[in-house]
Amino acid sequence: MKTVDELRKLREQVRDMTKLREGEQEVRIVVAMGTCGIAAGARETLNAMMQEVAARGLTGVSVTPVGCMGLCEREPLVEVNAHGGRTLYAHVNAEKARRIVCEHVEAGRVIEAWVTRN
Amino acid sequence: MEELSLHILDLVQNCVEAGASEISIAITECRRENRLTVKISDNGRGMDQATVAAVTDPFFTTRNTRKVGLGIPLLKAAAEQCNGSFTIESSPGQGAVVVASFVLDHIDRAPLGSMADTLAAVFAVYHVDIHYRHEVDGRVFVLESKEIKRLCGDEIRHPRIIQWLRAYIEEHEKQVGGEQ
Repeated sequence: MKTVDELRKLREQVRDMTKLREGEQEVRIVVAMGTCGIAAGARETLNAMMQEVAARGLTGVSVTPVGCMGLCEREPLVEVNAHGGRTLYAHVNAEKARRIVCEHVEAGRVIEAWVTRN
Repeated sequence: MEELSLHILDLVQNCVEAGASEISIAITECRRENRLTVKISDNGRGMDQATVAAVTDPFFTTRNTRKVGLGIPLLKAAAEQCNGSFTIESSPGQGAVVVASFVLDHIDRAPLGSMADTLAAVFAVYHVDIHYRHEVDGRVFVLESKEIKRLCGDEIRHPRIIQWLRAYIEEHEKQVGGEQ
């Protein structure tokens, strides 16, 4: 069983990791979490992104929710604000979410094929 | 929605939009009474009686990005399609209480699904305190986000802490042994 002692130790480990590394820029990810987003799978999208950010040990990444964007038919929608640009991705399932974290958030390459305009 | 836990995540979003800082989620499963009840209450700004009457109408919404509001009507339909019931109570300044109850073994009852996934998502993105209680035939799992914050402070939203919490909740959910 997991114990709260583990949680205390983990906190010590991550405390310094929330600070940005030198030369690193903040990345802000927005996940649409309205009824339409959730019904289309936004929970799995969000959790996959959190897992990938944790697995890669990325710092300076924040994830915020937003309600319905009025593009329900293109949910789950994810917006990535990184490297000075704003990119909106449509139909982001868990697998796409993981690739967006490694290619766009970490490496800075926009995945053009999944981009949508609003 | 494929899982009741997704309805719960959707309702948390409603609570947050209503300005809530504290949300209580209680799930009670009782095989003897053949009943599963989900109760969500918050300390948000609440609603007047006209609004309470209107929120179960799919063509009512407070937002302006689209003309329908489906969260509450979908949960109401999910409860009523399996001989359950749905109530919502609120008054201005007094928060809101939503209770959805389901016949446990009804063939049309959606599975509860993963509360670990729902709570991990809630802790990852919402700045609210959660009181979570899941009771199955007298076995109880309680999670207080205030207690977790006491142990790990603002790092509660760190992706690695979220992964730990998700695994912790999953273990305890398995232990109380509820319906999936």
